[in-house]
Formats: sequence, C-alpha cells, structure tokens
Amino acid sequence: MNPSQIAIALWTLVVKEIKRFTRIWPQTLLPPSITMTMYFIIFGNLIGSRIGEMDGYSYMDFIVPGLIMMSVITNSYSNVASSFFSNKFQRSVEEMMVSPMPNWVILAGFVLGGMARGLGVGIIVTGVSLFFTRIEVAHPLLTILVVVLTAALFAIGGFINALLGKKFDDISIIPTFVLTPLTYLGGVFYSISLLPAFWQGASMLNPILYMVNVFRFGFLGVSDIPVGWALAAIMGFIVALFTLALWMLENGKGIRS
Amino acid sequence: MAEPALSIRGLTKVYGNGFQALKGIDLDVQQGDFYALLGPNGAGKSTTLGVVCSLVQKTAGKVKIFGIDIDEDFARAKYHLGVVPQEFNFNQFENVLDIVLAQAGYYGMSRREALPRAESLLRDLSLWDKRKGSARMLSGGMKRRLMIARALMHRPRLLILDEPTAGVDIELRRSMWDYMRRINREEGTTIILTTHYLEEAESLCRHVGIINQGEIVRNTSVRELLAELDTETFLFDLAAPLAHVPKIEGFEVKRVDDNQLSVMVHRGQRLNDVFEVLGREGVQVMSMRNRANRLEEMFVSMVEKGNAQQRNGQKGGSKEFRG
Repeated sequence: MNPSQIAIALWTLVVKEIKRFTRIWPQTLLPPSITMTMYFIIFGNLIGSRIGEMDGYSYMDFIVPGLIMMSVITNSYSNVASSFFSNKFQRSVEEMMVSPMPNWVILAGFVLGGMARGLGVGIIVTGVSLFFTRIEVAHPLLTILVVVLTAALFAIGGFINALLGKKFDDISIIPTFVLTPLTYLGGVFYSISLLPAFWQGASMLNPILYMVNVFRFGFLGVSDIPVGWALAAIMGFIVALFTLALWMLENGKGIRS
Repeated sequence: MAEPALSIRGLTKVYGNGFQALKGIDLDVQQGDFYALLGPNGAGKSTTLGVVCSLVQKTAGKVKIFGIDIDEDFARAKYHLGVVPQEFNFNQFENVLDIVLAQAGYYGMSRREALPRAESLLRDLSLWDKRKGSARMLSGGMKRRLMIARALMHRPRLLILDEPTAGVDIELRRSMWDYMRRINREEGTTIILTTHYLEEAESLCRHVGIINQGEIVRNTSVRELLAELDTETFLFDLAAPLAHVPKIEGFEVKRVDDNQLSVMVHRGQRLNDVFEVLGREGVQVMSMRNRANRLEEMFVSMVEKGNAQQRNGQKGGSKEFRG
C-alpha cells in the first residue's frame, strides 16, 4: 500500500472505532462520568473536608488528577480489549486480515480508537471536576503528553489482552484483578510519602504510580518521584508492548490457526 | 500463457494438535475460470482457502495469486483477492453501507471512490434500500449478498466463495448464480467456489477439484468428469398407473410407485431402446429426469472409494483418482 492508501485505511479503522464507542455511549461514556461524580462527592467533598491537605493541596485538588488518570487508563484499556475481542468473536477481524492493510496499521487503528475513548472520558471527567474545584494546570504540555502516552500504553495493553483472550471472561480478568488494584494503589487517593518505608519501596514497582504522579505534577507541580524517570518508564513500556503486540499479530497469535 | 489466477504447490498444513489437514496439494486455477473445490466435511477445502486468504498459516508449500508469491508480497496479492466466507463475519451492529465502505477503506479506496461502487453493488444485489439499516436486521439471504458486495468493493480479480448459498432459498440461490455468472463472464473475475450443493457446481463451474483427506483426488473439467459416469438413473413419469413392470433387455427397470419407473442406463446404451419397449407395451411417458444429480453420484463414488482404500491401508491409494 502506498502512504496515501495507508492513511485511508488507518483513518477508516479509527473512525470505525470512534463510531463504535459513541454509538453505545450509555455503556462507554456515561458510566465513568457518573462514577467519577460519586468519587468527587464522597471522597473529595464529604471525606476530603475532614482529611485536610495532602502535599500542600486540598484533598479535592489532590485527587482530581488521579481520578482523571484512572478514567483514562480504564477506558483506553477496556475499549480496545472489548472491541478487538468482539471483532475476534464475531470473526469480523477477518475483514482486516484478508485486506492488504499492514499489521501495524491494524494495531495503530485500534490503539488510536482506544486512546480516543480514554481521552474523551478524561475530558468528560475533567469537566465534571470543574463543578467541585477550580483546576489550574502548572505544566500544560507535560500534562497533555503524559495523558496521551498513558492512554496509548493502556490501549496497547488492551489489544494484547484481546489477542490472548479466548472467552469474554478473559478480557475482564486483567482490568478487575490487575488494573484496578494497581490504580488504587498507584497514589490516586494518597501521597506515598504517607506510607512506611517498606511500602514506599513496594509502591515504586507499580508502573501506574509513575503515570499518576507525573500527571499530578503537570497539574499541581508536585510529585513523589522524578518526572524524567517516569516519562522514560512510560515510553519504554509503550515501545516494549507495541513491539510485543505487533509480533503477536505478525505471527497470528490468537487470530490465525 | 498467462499466470494462473491461483497456483498452489506442495501445500501442507499440520495443526497444533498434529492433525495433518493438507498433505502437499498441488492446484492451478486459470484466469477467468469458474472453479469448484469439492470435498466432504473436514476434507481440507476451508483450510486450503484459509491459507490463500491468510486466515490459516501454512506449514509448507507455495501459493501464488496471479503469479505473486504470498510469502514474498502477500499485501500485493491480497489486492487481487475477494473473499466470501462461509459464516457471517461482519459486525452485525453496523449498518450495511458502513460495512462495505469500511472494507473499501481497508484497501485504501477513498470515500469518493468507494461510494459510487457501493451504490452500484448494493443496487445490483438488491440491498440499496437497506443501506442505512443495521446488518443484524437483514435476512440470511441478504446477509449473504452483503458479504458478496463487501468482497467485490475493491474489484478483485479472484473471488473466493466458501459455500455462498448455504441455507439460501431456491429462488435467491438462482439469482445469486446469475449474478456470479455475470461477474465471471462480463468482468472476467475468476471464481473459486466450495459448495455442498453439487448441482450448483455442475451448473456454474467449468472445472472442478475434488479434495479428500487432505489430498486433491481429482482436478479436471466438469464435462470430462461427467463423461466418465458409468451409469445414470432416469425417472419416467407415466400417464397412467402401471399394470406390471415392463422387461427391457439390458436395462435395470424398477417401479418407484404406480405412476413412476426408474431405469438405470449404462454408458453406451441408448434411451431409444427404452422408449421403443415402453411404446410397444402401451406405456405413455409424460416426462423424464435424472434421479440424482450426476456430479453428486460421481463425487460420492470417488469419496467412498478413497475412504475404503484409506481404511484398507493401501498406501497412496487415492492416487488412482488423480487426473
């Protein structure tokens, strides 16, 4: 395919993915906004007012970046996992496999679709948060960069999960038993400086901690860990997972007999 | 001579569980041909076509599509290929027009180029009025036609149809046959068809390959294959009930019911002899037809012979059927 044909194929796939999640918006866009509103009311307003300050900021201001990031992570991941797995399940993935589209275009199309949903939900949650607090962004470019990279990373993760999944249960195991605990323990609701030394060390093994912290740094200008390290870690994960996903596609893992 | 539309050499497929689905098959389908690939369930038809379409990974062998080796440039080979699989494989929640336009997009066709093509195909296949409806609301026959429209969007030179008329009513099947004949004749599209309706293969195809237990046991023209039939059974519908079954020397005659006779005719025998005896005995024939599809008789006989030889452990026994 020449570059113009590749651009058309990629655009087709991305538009198709965006149409998919917007068509079923009560399942994809509405629930995170409701859930996050509950978090803001309960943790931010009711409990937060008793907690006081965290790292020098009101508790509401402290948790807003974490909650936005949590929505982006969950939605980027689950969009690609469920969409690609449905394509496998309904065998409509064959439409793409018999076409001359390069595998990297298929992967990129789904990842961009997942990022669109993750970032879309992130914008909605940010909008909701404005009802509860006044947001000031200390480093806008860094904030955008981190959220985009994180959405990409988890969208690729969702793709790998869908490739490996054999039944619908398989695409809910990772979000339920891995992503959610890591996100909750990734400093969304607290600063790791509150933890004993051992648990601070253990927390450093959690990749989501780096993303939440750099994102918070973008918003508030405070972070528990060095920003450069965190960015390097995110980019390293993206390169590694993209390479793995592409290798799996090239070798037909989970899609070719 | 032009490159074959499809050329397969030594194609072997061994699945992960050790099952050898294809045992080194060779096959050529010439450009412009209408070719039937026949075989019982599990014979290797879908595996063969799966390799050609990139849905199945081959273990060994060479596949060329219009001379392009799929190991060297599969993407370019895929431009020539349109696939209509056996099972519905589109997103049932998308609308009809989106499904065909997305397919065009995957081949790099711009929307401006794809829209008129989609309209033409959907009109030809009587789906234009349904273009804005969800695909899941279509009837089974409409879904089949949608898959044909989708496969033709990028104007493939080789169209692979895996049981395209399975579960389709007779009227629709006939109209699909007409459509397939038209694109083969007028646009020169090479068509490879698998089907369980041997009448379909006999009616549509010029050449036929029979695959059994992972081997091509016959690859010839439909005409040549039918010429090898040793016997045919004809049914005679009679004007009045029979008093007794007439004896016709050299022919096996049986009563089917009071108003119907079956007559087995061997190669070289003349039907005139049958009519002569029936006329002499005052039996009036209103109409006459083959009892079974001729190709079906041939196919069943070949597969049964092949299976029997396999059971008897005759090494390479199926080679007897090679053309």
